[in-house]
Amino acid sequence: MGLRIGDAVKAVSPATLQRTGAQAFLRVLTGVAALISFLIIFLMLFFLIYYAYPAIRFNGLNFLTNPIWNIGNQYGSGVTTRNGFSGPPGASFGALVFIFGSVVTAALTMVVAVPLSMMVALSLVYRVPRRIRPLANALVELMAGVPSVVYGLWGLVVLVPWIGQTFAPWVTAHFGFVPFFGGSAGSGNGLAAAVFILALMVIPIMVATTRDVILAQSNSLFEASMALGSTSWQAMVRAVLPSVRSGIVASILLSFGRALGETMAVLMVCGAAINTFPQNFFSPVNTIAAVIVSQLESALTDATGMAQRSLAELACVLFIITLLVNIVARGIMRGADRREGAHQ
Amino acid sequence: MATMTSGLAPKTWASRAWWSLSVACLVAVIGVLFAIFAFVIARGVPALKPQIFFTPTHGIAGGLSNAIEGTLMLVFLGLILVIVVGLGTAIWTVEFAPPWGKKVIRFMVDVLAGIPSIVVGYFLYVALVEEAGWGFSLVAGSLALAIFMLPYVVRAADVALTNVPRALKEGAVALGARPAMVVASINFPYALPGILTGVLVATGIGLGETAPLIYTAGWSNYAPTLAPTHSPVGYLTYVVWTYISQPFEESHQLAYAAAALLMIFVFLTNLLARSYVEYKLGGNRQQ
Repeated sequence: MGLRIGDAVKAVSPATLQRTGAQAFLRVLTGVAALISFLIIFLMLFFLIYYAYPAIRFNGLNFLTNPIWNIGNQYGSGVTTRNGFSGPPGASFGALVFIFGSVVTAALTMVVAVPLSMMVALSLVYRVPRRIRPLANALVELMAGVPSVVYGLWGLVVLVPWIGQTFAPWVTAHFGFVPFFGGSAGSGNGLAAAVFILALMVIPIMVATTRDVILAQSNSLFEASMALGSTSWQAMVRAVLPSVRSGIVASILLSFGRALGETMAVLMVCGAAINTFPQNFFSPVNTIAAVIVSQLESALTDATGMAQRSLAELACVLFIITLLVNIVARGIMRGADRREGAHQ
Repeated sequence: MATMTSGLAPKTWASRAWWSLSVACLVAVIGVLFAIFAFVIARGVPALKPQIFFTPTHGIAGGLSNAIEGTLMLVFLGLILVIVVGLGTAIWTVEFAPPWGKKVIRFMVDVLAGIPSIVVGYFLYVALVEEAGWGFSLVAGSLALAIFMLPYVVRAADVALTNVPRALKEGAVALGARPAMVVASINFPYALPGILTGVLVATGIGLGETAPLIYTAGWSNYAPTLAPTHSPVGYLTYVVWTYISQPFEESHQLAYAAAALLMIFVFLTNLLARSYVEYKLGGNRQQ
C-alpha cells in the first residue's frame, strides 16, 4: 500500500498546510466521483426493483416456477388483475425456462471450457518456448477483446451450419444411446452452439487467470516434487495445481458469472426457445440475458406495460444470480490472497 | 541402466502424453481464434468499399457512415465520463479513503464488473429512456458504455496510483509541494502508462459492446446529431447483429464490413496499449 498524501503532509508540514483549499477541493471532488461509482449499483437495484414491483406482485412467486411466457391477448378487451396490478388477459409470465436455460448453458460451458483452459494455461507456462511466449500471451488477450457480436457472427455463419449438418447428425447417429445426445439433431441453432461459443469467450479469461496464479506461485513446489521422483506432469497436477486451487476455483466462478450474463453471442446462436425445455444437447435454448433482448419488442406492444415490467423482473433475477456468483468468487479470491500473504 | 529407463518408461510416457495433449489444446484454441480472424477478414475486407465510409445505411443496404460516427461518438463521450469518474474514484481510493472506504470501493468495483451488460442496458432503459423520458439517445448510450467500462478504468488507475513509489511523494512533500501539486506532478505522470492502458482496454470493450446500447442508444439510419437526448444513434455492433439475419446479400456485406471494422478497431487499441507499455518499460530499462 502506498503512502497517502494526507499522511505525508501530517508528518512533515505544519498543521496550517493540512487544510489548504486545494487539498480540500481535491478530496471533495474525487470523493464525489467515488460516490458516483458507489451509487450506480444502488440506483441499478433500486430502479429495476421499483420498475419491476408491479410485475413482482402480479406474477407472484409463481414467476420462478412457471415455464410459460405468454404476453396474453393484446386485442381483447379488459385486463386481468392480480394483487391489485393489471396485465393483459391470458398473460402468463414465467421465468423457469430462461433460468434453467441460463444455468444449464453456463454449466455445460464450464464442462467444456475448464479442462481446455487448464491444459492451455499449463502449456503456456511450461511448454511454449520462452521466445514465442509473449506472442502466445498477446493472442490469448486479443481473443478476450473480440466483440461478442463477432463471435456471434462466426457462430451463426460457420458454427451453426456445421453443427446442424455435420456434428449433430454424426453424434446422434453414433452416440444416440448416451442420454443427452440422442433424438433430433435439430437445425444447429441451440444449446451446443451456445456452449461452444461461450466456451471460446471464457477460455481466454480462465487461461489468463490460471496462468497468472501458477506464475505467482514459487517454483519450489514443482522442484521438490520432481526431486521426489515424480514426472513433470505429476509435479504439476499433484503439487502445483492443488496449491493454487482457490485461485482457479475463483476464476471458474467468475467465468461462470460471465457466461450467465453474456447476451449477444448467445442470442445469435441459441435458437430462442420459448415455453420448451431443451430435449437434448442440440435443442434450441434461451437464456435470461438473451430473452430480455429478444422479447422487448413484443413486450412494448403490451398496453398495460406488464410485459416490460416482467422483463425488468427477469433482469433483477439475473442481477441477483450473477451478484451471488461474483461475491462468492471474490470471497474465495480474497481468502487465497490472504493465505498467500501469510506465507511470505 | 537399460532396466532403469524401462522402469521409468510408463510414467514418463504418461507425462509426455499429457503434455502433448496440453500443447494440442493450445494449438486448437489458437487455431479456432485464427479461423475466426480469417473468417472476418476474408469476408469483411472485400466488403470494405470506400463509399461505405461516406454513405449512411438505407434500410437493408447503403453504407456505414452513420454507424461509424455513432460508435465513435458513443465511445468518445463514454470515455470522457468514465475517465472523469473513474480517475476521481481511483484517486480518492488511493489518496484520501480510510481503510474501510478502500475496501468498500474495491468491492463495489468488483461487483460492478460482474453485472451483465444487458442488466446495465435495461436499467438505463427503465431509468432514462422510460422514466426520465429521454428516449433513445446519445447520452443514455454513452452512460451505458461508461458504466460498463468503469471497472476497467478504476482498477487500472487504482493499481497504477498505488504503485507510485513512496519516496517520490515524500520528496515532493518535503520540497514543499501541496497535495494537489503532488497528485498533478508526481502521481499522475508516474501512473500514466498504467492508467492509459486501462483506458485503452476499456475503449476496446466499449467499441465492441452491443447489449447495453440496444435499448439506450436505439438505432438510426441517419447520421448522429449532437442532440444529447431524444435522438437515437446508430452503431456498428447493431449492424453486425441485425443485418446478418436479413435475407439480402447487400445487408450481409454490410454486417461483414462492420465486423471487420470492429476487429480492426479492437486490434488497434490492443496494439496501442501493448506498444505503449513496451515503450515505457523499454525506456525505464535504459535508464
